[in-house]
Amino acid sequence: MNEAGTVVETAETRGGNASTGTLKAWRLPAPVLLLLPAFVVLAAVVVVPLLLSLYSSFTPFRLTRPDSIWTFIGFRNYERLFTDWEFWVAFGRTVLLLTVALNLEMVLGLGLALLVEKATRGQRILRTIMMFPMMFSPVLVGFQFKFMFNDNVGLINNALQALGLTDRAIPWLIDGTLAFIAILTAEVWSSTAVFAIFILAGLMAMPREPVEAARVDGCTPWQTFRYVTWPYLMPFAFIAMTIRSLDIARAYDIVKIMTDGGPAKRTEILWTLIARTGYSDARMGLANAMAYVAILLSIVFTALFFRQLAKARAQVAAEW
Amino acid sequence: MDRNAAHRVKRGLFKATHLTLLFLAMAIICLPGLWIVLSSLRPTVEIMAKPPVWIPREISFDAYIAMFSGVGQGGIPVIEYFRNSLIISVTSTVIALAVGMAGGYAFARHRFRFKSSIFLGFMLTRTVPGIALSLPLFFVYAKLGIIDTHFGLILAYVALNVPFTIWLIDGFFRQVPKDLAEAAQIDGCTRWQAFWQVEFPLARPGIASAGIFAFLISWNEFALASQLTRSTSSKTLPVGLLDYTAEFTIDWRGMCALAVVMIIPALTLTFIVQKHLVSGLTSGAVKG
Repeated sequence: MNEAGTVVETAETRGGNASTGTLKAWRLPAPVLLLLPAFVVLAAVVVVPLLLSLYSSFTPFRLTRPDSIWTFIGFRNYERLFTDWEFWVAFGRTVLLLTVALNLEMVLGLGLALLVEKATRGQRILRTIMMFPMMFSPVLVGFQFKFMFNDNVGLINNALQALGLTDRAIPWLIDGTLAFIAILTAEVWSSTAVFAIFILAGLMAMPREPVEAARVDGCTPWQTFRYVTWPYLMPFAFIAMTIRSLDIARAYDIVKIMTDGGPAKRTEILWTLIARTGYSDARMGLANAMAYVAILLSIVFTALFFRQLAKARAQVAAEW
Repeated sequence: MDRNAAHRVKRGLFKATHLTLLFLAMAIICLPGLWIVLSSLRPTVEIMAKPPVWIPREISFDAYIAMFSGVGQGGIPVIEYFRNSLIISVTSTVIALAVGMAGGYAFARHRFRFKSSIFLGFMLTRTVPGIALSLPLFFVYAKLGIIDTHFGLILAYVALNVPFTIWLIDGFFRQVPKDLAEAAQIDGCTRWQAFWQVEFPLARPGIASAGIFAFLISWNEFALASQLTRSTSSKTLPVGLLDYTAEFTIDWRGMCALAVVMIIPALTLTFIVQKHLVSGLTSGAVKG
């Protein structure tokens, strides 16, 4: 491509006037020009504000006292965080929620993809239904499950009582552990589709021969799946993981709506804690310090899956 | 003979479990949405009823009528919210697509130094949690005086969507063979013409689906919008949903009705996009 391009361009300059030739020397290389808008937007909206928030995390900045941004207090906000038990509980809960949710979503997504792939009829419509939860705004998912898990009028309690499984209303969103389960359910419901779609795409793109060869060689269905199908599907699962980890903080919307970290901070996660510290308590400096920990957490999750993705990709490239 | 029969029974059992599981999975996926639609159509008395009323006895569109009749009659300014959502989502999508097309083309067709690090850097900007980004953005926007404006949210959403559109469009451009554009250039097209007349039409379905994806993200976004909007002049639908909650009570029926209004555009668009979306993401990521 490049060679062809330069050939055409030099031919043009040779035939054309000299002024274009001098102009060309001034022109920026094409990739720089093409990437410039993206750089500018991301710098203006993400990088510069983040640098600002990095700076303000070293100040006792409060929204109510604007001049406090000029007081430099070093790492005191971070020191405060690292000794703050409440923060670590929220941090641990966030990691727990993400780990459990992502693993559950992967397993359920795999199951769903296998079920849909095995279906002989109506695959198109099944696939469409499968994608259904992806269209829901996380806020909507939050409200929907808040409604369903409502102890008084919720679908879940009504169903359980109608079936005679329990005679009293289960306080789903009031008890800490139950609320965690409710949030997890909402999260898994909304995002399993991402995994299912990618794993299904992998299943459909997979060549038939290796599976048949394995069967001829006397593998059990489980062995065929474990050693032939699954390694092939891995990259697809990791793409889904990477995409999920890119906007993993969407869980904020769900938790914010369902419990808002309550009752009594028993479902507080990192992101709701940041919002509360920053906006309700107006302690921006401290909230920004927390935000940096949250950003690092997201980057770690993403980097982890990017690495796995690269590894799985190399493996597939080598084997097939 | 006996073994054949056993085999047949086993097969039948397998098929039955498969169908049952499939049905159960689909029911779990559909039920919450169905419940929302049903609840928006039934009188409030039925929602609160004990013992519960499963199938609505009467269908009423009161919730929708109340919602659209505006403030004061138990409604919320849903038309304004809808308008804001539409303006913000469409504009930010168009801009993000233009920026993403330039960037995606650069990644798909050019070689340059630090290519993969730049790509990774772009993706990493996407990992910043919305709520963490909203703190400094709130401060900067307040200084610039663009809080509670369409412009502020559009800018934020463009930045949110650019990494993703670049990823998707990069994948689609890579599926278009290089030879085609080269042939066009040999035939006398400039690079610019070759792009618009050869490569762009071929990648168009993919670009359209990247656009729909970006639209959905802006349409559904909440963490940033909840902090950067204040009034009906820029509040979007996801934020407007909160209008139905008071201190201790929630108007479930009204909320369900608004949810239905919110989901219909998203639903329609996703149906259109579904096929291309997956192929774009996978081709970009697997084939390297």
